[in-house]
Amino acid sequence: MSRPYRSITRRSILAGAGGAAITAIAAPAILRAQAKSVKVGIIHPVTGGVSYSGTQSRAGALMAVEDINGKGGIKSLGGAQIEALLSDAQSKVDVAVSEIEKYNEAGVSAIVGGYASFLCLATTQAAAKHDIPYVVDVGTDDRIIAAGLTNTFRFSPGYGVFVKTAVPALKDINAAAGSPAKTAVIVHEDSAFGTGTAGLLSKELPGIGIEVLDVIKHPTPTLDFNNIVLTIKAKNPDIIIPANYYNEYVILARTMLQQKLRPKAIYSVLGGGASQYKFVKEFPEAAQFIMDCNHWFNPKNPAALDLKKRIEAKDLFYTYEVFLNYNAVMLLAEALERAASTDRAKITAALASSTWSGHFMPYGPTKFENGQNTGARGVNLQVQDNDIKVILPTEFANAKAVFPMPT
Amino acid sequence: MLEFQILLPAILNGLATGAVYALVALGLTLIYGVLHIVNFAHGSLLMLALYGVYFLYTLLGIDPYLALPIVVPAMFALGYALQRAVIATASHGREENILLVTLGLSIIIDNFALYLWSADTRTINPSYAFSTVDFGGAFIAVPKVVSFVGALVVTGLLWLLIQRTDLGKAIRALARERQGAQLVGIDVDHIYAMSFGIGIACVGAAACLLLPSYYAHPGVGENFVVIAFTVVVLGGMGSFAGALVGGFVIGLTESLGGLFLGENLGKIGVFVIFIAILLFRPTGLFGQRA
Amino acid sequence: MKTPGLLAVAVLLALAPLPLLVHSDFWLHFAIMTLYFSLLGQAWNLLGGYGGQRSFGHAAFFGTGAYAAAVLQVDLGINPWACLVLAGAFGAAAGALVGALSFRYDLRGSYFALVTLAFAEVFRIVADSVPFTGAGVGFQIPLRQAAVNFQFHEKAGFYAVILALTALATALAWWIENSRFGAELVAVRENEDAARALGIDVNRTKLWAITLSGGLSGFAGSFYAQYFLYLDPRIAYGVEVSVTALLVPLIGGVGTVLGPLVGAVALRALNEVSGTITGGAPGLNLMLYGALLIVILAFLPDGLVSLGARLRRARPAGRLGHA
Repeated sequence: MSRPYRSITRRSILAGAGGAAITAIAAPAILRAQAKSVKVGIIHPVTGGVSYSGTQSRAGALMAVEDINGKGGIKSLGGAQIEALLSDAQSKVDVAVSEIEKYNEAGVSAIVGGYASFLCLATTQAAAKHDIPYVVDVGTDDRIIAAGLTNTFRFSPGYGVFVKTAVPALKDINAAAGSPAKTAVIVHEDSAFGTGTAGLLSKELPGIGIEVLDVIKHPTPTLDFNNIVLTIKAKNPDIIIPANYYNEYVILARTMLQQKLRPKAIYSVLGGGASQYKFVKEFPEAAQFIMDCNHWFNPKNPAALDLKKRIEAKDLFYTYEVFLNYNAVMLLAEALERAASTDRAKITAALASSTWSGHFMPYGPTKFENGQNTGARGVNLQVQDNDIKVILPTEFANAKAVFPMPT
Repeated sequence: MLEFQILLPAILNGLATGAVYALVALGLTLIYGVLHIVNFAHGSLLMLALYGVYFLYTLLGIDPYLALPIVVPAMFALGYALQRAVIATASHGREENILLVTLGLSIIIDNFALYLWSADTRTINPSYAFSTVDFGGAFIAVPKVVSFVGALVVTGLLWLLIQRTDLGKAIRALARERQGAQLVGIDVDHIYAMSFGIGIACVGAAACLLLPSYYAHPGVGENFVVIAFTVVVLGGMGSFAGALVGGFVIGLTESLGGLFLGENLGKIGVFVIFIAILLFRPTGLFGQRA
Repeated sequence: MKTPGLLAVAVLLALAPLPLLVHSDFWLHFAIMTLYFSLLGQAWNLLGGYGGQRSFGHAAFFGTGAYAAAVLQVDLGINPWACLVLAGAFGAAAGALVGALSFRYDLRGSYFALVTLAFAEVFRIVADSVPFTGAGVGFQIPLRQAAVNFQFHEKAGFYAVILALTALATALAWWIENSRFGAELVAVRENEDAARALGIDVNRTKLWAITLSGGLSGFAGSFYAQYFLYLDPRIAYGVEVSVTALLVPLIGGVGTVLGPLVGAVALRALNEVSGTITGGAPGLNLMLYGALLIVILAFLPDGLVSLGARLRRARPAGRLGHA
């Protein structure tokens, strides 16, 4: 059960404060008589520069809330339902921070979401001011974790893990074809995620024999990639490595096709459009053979495929934002079961001690160190035959890499 | 980087965009030349027109170029109404207030669009959007080529209107000498509103030409208003030729700036030119009065 | 129509004990944002109201102060309170720079408005491109709640600071109304050429006004940075700040001491009301601000503070608003 977020009124704040008092002293029989719920703030940028990802994120989160409530809610709290308070971060940090303040006023027990690193960096800190447990859904910037906030938990990996997966994989793929690739150009969006990822890649690539000819940054949004493509053409790299959000990724790929720029590979790390069914379906020519190192579900887990069917039945694409948010909310629900309380501190403790394996990601049971789930990892993917295949690691792979790209 | 292969497409892209800037600026300079209004809402009205073209395409399937006969008269009517009903009334004719009234209008329009249509960027994807024309190795997108030609055609039509029709004569008379024009029986309020309307009609035409290679978004107005003012001030307030030349100069500055300085810093070229012109040569290249 | 000093003092004193009476974080936040708006508006008012030089780019001064405060404390470890003072200095310097160029080349009216807008944009683009501001990544001030760090766990602390800054700004406005400098500034506003003929150094007067205005804007910027702990080029130098800075005094009453405060209350109240009705959909409150601006310009050009006087008299408002 969820409701669109209403601006705070005096009434709602008083209700929040009073409600908590009543919960603490009521006996179980009385609890059942009241409509008992756990307030969870769910915040995403559903409008603005990263709105596609924000909307997908929200869909995944709500699906999880529906599933949990449909199966009887949080049993250790007498079947309490999750009451999702939704917020639009508008792809702006100041708005997101204000929404966190409003969540505090409304007495939420926990917050899930943020999606974009530039939002999560500020929202986790704003939540920490009031000790609200915060589950980061995607936000891959490692500084979110490095900030050392005790209230913050991230289920999926940061860009550090992705770079450490992507670079050796590229080395292997390159070697298997006789190492034809020697140079690369990195294109990244200029906020936290893109800048951080590009910085790490620049450091690691020379170690596998790839010279970084240029690192090109652009704002989100950017709608004209003509100049960037011209600049890349001038450098003539073997590999182009984009790290940006969905819209920009698509326009860049299409502009490269339009300007007849055909490198040996487009190898993204956290490419915003790379492993996206929407991109493959709408622009198959531009998407063909793009490689990516990104979040992915365990293709051998039936629960993952079941959710895929249900999401596609709603006419939505099954994207990483969806399944990461689904799992983030599930993670919180499992912690709520063990905490058996709506108290923020108890929930934080339950998250910190989590050993949950009821997810369908290729991670193993959760184990949080300083807020990061240490088992989290990414996989290597490639668009082949108008579908997204896993090419590495071998235990999950269902295709072999095609490299270099056929001309 | 200075290779011809790289420079030529950048230059051609810049000229194509510049033609559209010229068209937008023409409307602004006409409005200033005749009414002495610094129309701060010019960019916002362009933004509205872009949404109009967008919805005509997505809801009714009308191609943007074919939408010209719908959008241009509609924007003309909107401009006429705005001048007569809002601007003339609210500003009490005081020049310094006019800027604020048009600022207020732009705030209302920009945020109304944000409220109605949210901040997602809206693009259309007609079949020709990513096709290119080959200019000796430079692949220029078809919509850009069309917008270049289209902008020049509209400019020509506008020039004909001003120079060869009775309406144009009345406008020129009013621009030069208000009391004299009144004395010979020209309906000042009506001609003022006609001029404003024509200025906004230009914006409508620009939107039709622009959308296939650009986007609709509530913030578009903010971007364009300064570019439009830069072109007008560069060319000289009230000068048609100035708006045309200025448009090309600014289009080129933007494109080459982006190429050499990157997508972030490249935008600075236009504003630096703007400040420089305002400080050192406010009459612009072809202007007659400060 | 000068404001009696006693009235201004009374208003400020009445506001002082608010945190003792109100414990709701929500209402304290409302009060803080209202005073913050009035500070920003008063800064604009010094230049645009009393001086008649209407800038569309006050974000240039605000943002410079904000970044100065943030960067100096995080990268150089300077105490955040000292950074508040330095932010004022940086804002004033930005004001002086823009003023020196614009007034030297005699830009007035619409041209002045446009050139200030362009300066704000140039600052924004530079901030978006250089590394030390964090560029597109933005700049975050780490959470370290302690009074000595200019970060408070309780909102009352922030309230006290913004009230003090507002009092300072109000005092400045009152001083301008009652000083020789202020008289010269108003003379420049009313008729520059006549003022020059009277022997007033027009450029120097305007330059002082923009410098003071910039300094106050810098304080506002520093406060913002401490309260929200995050900056990026759009927040610091974007159009929204510049528009807010001019809306507040224009709606409340340009060229008056209490106008910015009245305008701030009106705008924030409008903000809350529209938010409650629409559930916080983006854009609606700014749209209402724009509509209010046009209504005020059309029917109440001297702002809300003149409402009382207007109702008492049957004639349009007096001459001291603006020429």
